[in-house]
Amino acid sequence: MRVLLVEDDPQLSAFLLKALREVGAVADHAGDGREGLFLAAGGGYDVLILDRMLPKLDGLAILRTLRASGDATPVLVLSALGEVEDRVAGLRAGGDDYLVKPFAFSELHARLEALVRRRAGEAPATRLQVADLELDVLSREVRRAGTPIALQPREFRLLEYLMRRAGQVVTRTMLLEHVWDYHFDPQTNVIDVHISRLRAKIDKGFDPPLLHTVRGAGYILRG
Amino acid sequence: MRLARTLKSSSFRVALLYMALMGTSMVALLAFIHWSTAGYMARQLDQTIEAEVEGLAEQYRTGGLVALATALTLRVDRSADGAGVYLLAGDDLTPVVGNLDRWPQVAPDAQGWVRFDLRGRGTTGRETHAARAKTFRLQGDLHLLVGRDVRDLEATLGLIRSALGWGSGLAATLAVLGGWLMSAGVVRRIEAIARTSREIMHGDLSRRVPTDGSGDDFDQLADGLNRMLDRIVELMDRVRQVSDSIAHDLRTPLTRLRTKLDGLHGTDDPAAQSALDSAVADADELLATFNALLRISRIEASGRQADLAPVDLALLARDVAELYEPLAGDRGQSLRVSAAGPLWVQGDRDLLFQALANLVDNAVKYTPPGGTIGVAAECDGQVARVAVSDVGPGIPAELRERVFERFFRGDASRSTPGSGLGLSLVQAVAQLHGARIDTSDNDPGLRIALCIPLQSRGEGPAGPKEGVGRA
Repeated sequence: MRVLLVEDDPQLSAFLLKALREVGAVADHAGDGREGLFLAAGGGYDVLILDRMLPKLDGLAILRTLRASGDATPVLVLSALGEVEDRVAGLRAGGDDYLVKPFAFSELHARLEALVRRRAGEAPATRLQVADLELDVLSREVRRAGTPIALQPREFRLLEYLMRRAGQVVTRTMLLEHVWDYHFDPQTNVIDVHISRLRAKIDKGFDPPLLHTVRGAGYILRG
Repeated sequence: MRLARTLKSSSFRVALLYMALMGTSMVALLAFIHWSTAGYMARQLDQTIEAEVEGLAEQYRTGGLVALATALTLRVDRSADGAGVYLLAGDDLTPVVGNLDRWPQVAPDAQGWVRFDLRGRGTTGRETHAARAKTFRLQGDLHLLVGRDVRDLEATLGLIRSALGWGSGLAATLAVLGGWLMSAGVVRRIEAIARTSREIMHGDLSRRVPTDGSGDDFDQLADGLNRMLDRIVELMDRVRQVSDSIAHDLRTPLTRLRTKLDGLHGTDDPAAQSALDSAVADADELLATFNALLRISRIEASGRQADLAPVDLALLARDVAELYEPLAGDRGQSLRVSAAGPLWVQGDRDLLFQALANLVDNAVKYTPPGGTIGVAAECDGQVARVAVSDVGPGIPAELRERVFERFFRGDASRSTPGSGLGLSLVQAVAQLHGARIDTSDNDPGLRIALCIPLQSRGEGPAGPKEGVGRA
């Protein structure tokens, strides 16, 4: 995964570059907007991480310029601003995802993976399979080792989301945003209970367990 | 309503008191005027008559009947216009000398004064005039009557009395009218101040008491109040700014701290790892508090926004309930939702969801196992009301307003986790939507309801907002 990080805070940049390299990404860095646009326009990146507030040229201007020139590289917008209108502005300018500072690196990593995979992915499959777990998007049937499993509509969406990202870490915020379709901060870990209910249905009585909790990050469905 | 308020107002009472005082002194003044004009004229007349009687009696004493008769004839002649009335009558009251054809058949009072009608007077000779006379009994069984035609005098007195009557009536009317207008004016100004203070109490701190630019006492009072309000707003802003700056400035080093802790991840020592995890969790909690604080400020500062979109509050209520149902179920609570929809309101669906989630989150926290949590969305006239109720310890009535303050924590919540900002955020979201928050006793427990104005029919829901954040 080739990543371009456009971020002016040196401490945050240093940390992110180090962490990105640790997870096996090839990461370049631009400290201001103009350099960022220059590097991004050169192409060859799988994903861009773009800060909104940058010296010389702001993040959204870079994003708009790239999109106007037909560059469809996935972009994750970083911002210290957190309100809805900012997020909407970021997504309208052509951003693919939006993350508010401060964030955990695991959150950023999970989102980058999702962006890169989505781009690489072909037409969305209607039949998903992870190990002996099968899900049919059209008939809305779920089977584990051939045994039908009855799921609530929300559990079905949750499982579908996890299965489409099998092998990737999915954070709680990503689940809230994509399965529940709301951007908000739960005060309690409401998602955990949903996951354990789902786990009870798809993993209980079967071996090996497929749905795992990744401490400090989120969940992963792995065959 | 307005009339009743004016009648009840203290300024109207003061006006009424002044009217009473003024009325009393006016009555006294009028009585004096009456006494010194009409009374004087009547007294003057009586004195003239008495003097004449004295004179005639003297004539009789010195010159006998002849002198009296002569004097009487002379006076009758002199009083050609008939203003003077004279009669000397015999023992059986038969007229002897005088210009009256018969003795009046009216009994005199103790002093001998008599009042009677004179017929056949005036230029036409057909009028009846009033007369006032003194009767006097002379020695030798003679009766003497001396009087005056008092028609002109009585006409004058009537004029004076009616002038006084009309004058006092007019003055009283003017006083009532003036008092009414004055107190209505005062009531109106006070009403404006009261209305403004009510609006401010309802949370609209931007309201100011209106002034009419006249610079009168009320303007000065309004000016003083407005300056005081400005000062309060300024102080509140400053407090908010300070807490914002604290949150903002501490957020950056905290983020770095968290980032560094994150960077240490993956150490082999399990004890160190668990300490690291707990340190990260602490940092996260602090960051969450600061973020919540800043978020509330941002929502409050953004004011009412034009880009609110139609949101189905009933769907939101169902989604929140669905999200929290497993959590409640795990704690042995039952979560009941009744939300027949749709209930379209103008709103920000993420913020409204956040507000409802905070309410349900609290309900889950404070409801004992086996208890019931209710989420109900319904239409109530022009508002959509979504209420979250629990059967927890509740909040004493006197603290119910305070729970929306930042960092307010009731005794019952000291031991439970949370920042004390959840309900502040609910309030900020409510204000953004022009919504009212009703807190009431669920008996037992607490019931908090958000009442958001329903979208007017004409606008029509354009369908729920697109999920912009969808990847």
